[in-house]
Amino acid sequence: MVREITIDPVTRIEGHARITIQLDEAGKVADTLFHVTQFRGFEKLIEGRPLSEMPSIMARICGICPVSHLMASAKACDDLLAVEIPATAVKLRKIMNFAQIIQSHALNFFHLSSPDLLLGMDADPAERNIFGVIRKFPDRAKDGVMLRKFGQQIIEWLGGKRVHPAWVVPGGVTEPLSPERREQILGNVTEGMAIARRTIDWYKGIVDNYTEEIASFANFPSLHLGLTTPEGNLEHYDGPMTFVDEQARNIATVTNPRHYASYIDEAVEDFTYLKFPFYKPMGYPNGLYRVGPLSRLCVAERCGTPLADMELREFRQRLGRVPSSSFHYHWARLIEIIYCIEMIRTILDEADILDTFVRARARPNRFEGVGISEAPRGLLLHHYKIDEHGQMRWANMIIASGHNNLAMNRGIKQVAERFVDGDHLQEGMLNRVEAVIRAFDPCLSCSTHAIGQMAMVIELRQSDGTLVDKLTGPRDGDAR
Amino acid sequence: MTHKSIPTPDSFTLRIDGTDVVAQVGQSILEVAQDHNIGIPTLCYLEGLTPWGGCRLCLVEIKGSGRLLPACSTLATEDMDVTTTSPRIERYRRTIVELLFSERNHICAVCVSNGNCELQTLAQEMGVTHVHVPYRYPTLLVDSSHDGFRLDHNRCVMCTRCVRVCEEIEGAATKGVGGRGIDSMIINDLNEPWGESDTCTSCGKCVSVCPTGALTEKGTTFADMAKRRERRELLPYLTQTREGRR
Repeated sequence: MVREITIDPVTRIEGHARITIQLDEAGKVADTLFHVTQFRGFEKLIEGRPLSEMPSIMARICGICPVSHLMASAKACDDLLAVEIPATAVKLRKIMNFAQIIQSHALNFFHLSSPDLLLGMDADPAERNIFGVIRKFPDRAKDGVMLRKFGQQIIEWLGGKRVHPAWVVPGGVTEPLSPERREQILGNVTEGMAIARRTIDWYKGIVDNYTEEIASFANFPSLHLGLTTPEGNLEHYDGPMTFVDEQARNIATVTNPRHYASYIDEAVEDFTYLKFPFYKPMGYPNGLYRVGPLSRLCVAERCGTPLADMELREFRQRLGRVPSSSFHYHWARLIEIIYCIEMIRTILDEADILDTFVRARARPNRFEGVGISEAPRGLLLHHYKIDEHGQMRWANMIIASGHNNLAMNRGIKQVAERFVDGDHLQEGMLNRVEAVIRAFDPCLSCSTHAIGQMAMVIELRQSDGTLVDKLTGPRDGDAR
Repeated sequence: MTHKSIPTPDSFTLRIDGTDVVAQVGQSILEVAQDHNIGIPTLCYLEGLTPWGGCRLCLVEIKGSGRLLPACSTLATEDMDVTTTSPRIERYRRTIVELLFSERNHICAVCVSNGNCELQTLAQEMGVTHVHVPYRYPTLLVDSSHDGFRLDHNRCVMCTRCVRVCEEIEGAATKGVGGRGIDSMIINDLNEPWGESDTCTSCGKCVSVCPTGALTEKGTTFADMAKRRERRELLPYLTQTREGRR
């Protein structure tokens, strides 16, 4: 008897999704499908709106990473204005982007993923959530809350509010940094760094307990895509887009983001609203590549800051130059948090950081512009076309979680093949199927530009489509 | 229209909300109320421009009249007994604001005037938390053809301040109202793109007096809105200019 399992909703992720697992007659996994089930259509609703509104409209795609969309959108607008924005504005934008990455990584690691790591993949789903962590490991939970606050507080100090700040605009930022704010941010750096370091030390001690998960959580060689500085350092704001293979060999370097379409194409499948970007020269679906913290560490030669580089050396010593398992996104996130805190301190110490010239003004000088930045989850790309009056005619966005769609689908199949046994179905098996998605930290609301409660479902079906079993809310995700 | 310029020293008394107040001949109920710090909400009214009485937010009750009357365009008279607030008036005003929100596409979160919008302020003051009538979601265009300014019909409440300031203060009479009823729209000249107008002097007064985000300077973003508030302080100047011409 051929059966099908559906996980619906998938929990502790950003956005809505469903997983279908098809079992063969022996009860073994035949195939899996990852369905992202919502659609919002931002690319359509911005048509006709003025260019200057784009950053604040596009930031509404997401409440977790509005800053990332602000960056990519403002940079696409900078490109349309054809201006070079003031150097201080670039630095201030970078600080906000680092703060965004810190808070989002803290959210994924502590609030969404740590229940699996601290309480166990097979723990009671009623306890396996952030509240369970607070009850059993209050210090870790507090670290998570404080680290996220560290990032969010910087965003608020710079932009006036934590979610959807209107401070990043085409041409730069609206307000310079005041000496008082600079001191306030610097005053918090020590505590932020202390939390980041004790978290990574703890994680390095437990990562070896997850050998089986590491072996099957989207564990395969693939291409990786990320930004680097021209010297090959880790980079999140600008720089060449670099593709490397599973041995860190450079496959392609895209120096002008406007040429992205020669390297990336998007495929569409009828079982999901999330498109499948692929590396164009290798075709679909062979052109699978990954983005995000793990990919950035694979693409970069080095971080470029002392503590993060020390951690990166240990990471590479233990896992190799290009780790193949997506489980290691967790570790990469923790290294990036350290890097971001170091960079915030470095940039704040630069001589011109308090300069008051932070905005270049210009009219639209091009009809087409592309903006890129590294969101917490990976490379984010906004591509706009405008008319002669500066009104939007067309937009395309490629979101980090979209880049990872092929890898997530393949990873789900791999982990289901390893853990799901149709004859002896247990909740912990299905939790691992969800946990592989959590490792990628997808933001599905962003990727389809969709809105909704965070949720995901698993279903078990016979070959004729009859529903055999279904795991659905209220599950651990409801703690969110 | 010329109530302030009528040369009479005569004053008289009327009652507003149960209190005796002194008024000058030719003053509207709204002006008398403002002189005595009695708040009446307004939207289309702007000191220095001809009262128009279009938005109906300043409706008041006058004893002896079954109808509610607009305070901005009703002259105060001796022994008049005016009530500015009652459950009936509040219901009318709240409904008017809700209808304004439902009529076009007011998306506060991304509007350039967010936090600096008179419609938004009115809604907050009146406790409008929901709109109880269906939204119309009309498909409206944005006119960005002018070099410096933008007209977004989605955010327009048809207060006609721009029409009046353009004719009465600037003397250009570029702005007008086209269409009828709910299809009324602000137009430039004979309904041409703003950028092709022969009469517009690009003075920007219409942008300064617009209560919402319908008329804006190009290139301004969500974050620039506070700066526009300062320009509303030119209103006493508008009055002086206008009266100096007579």
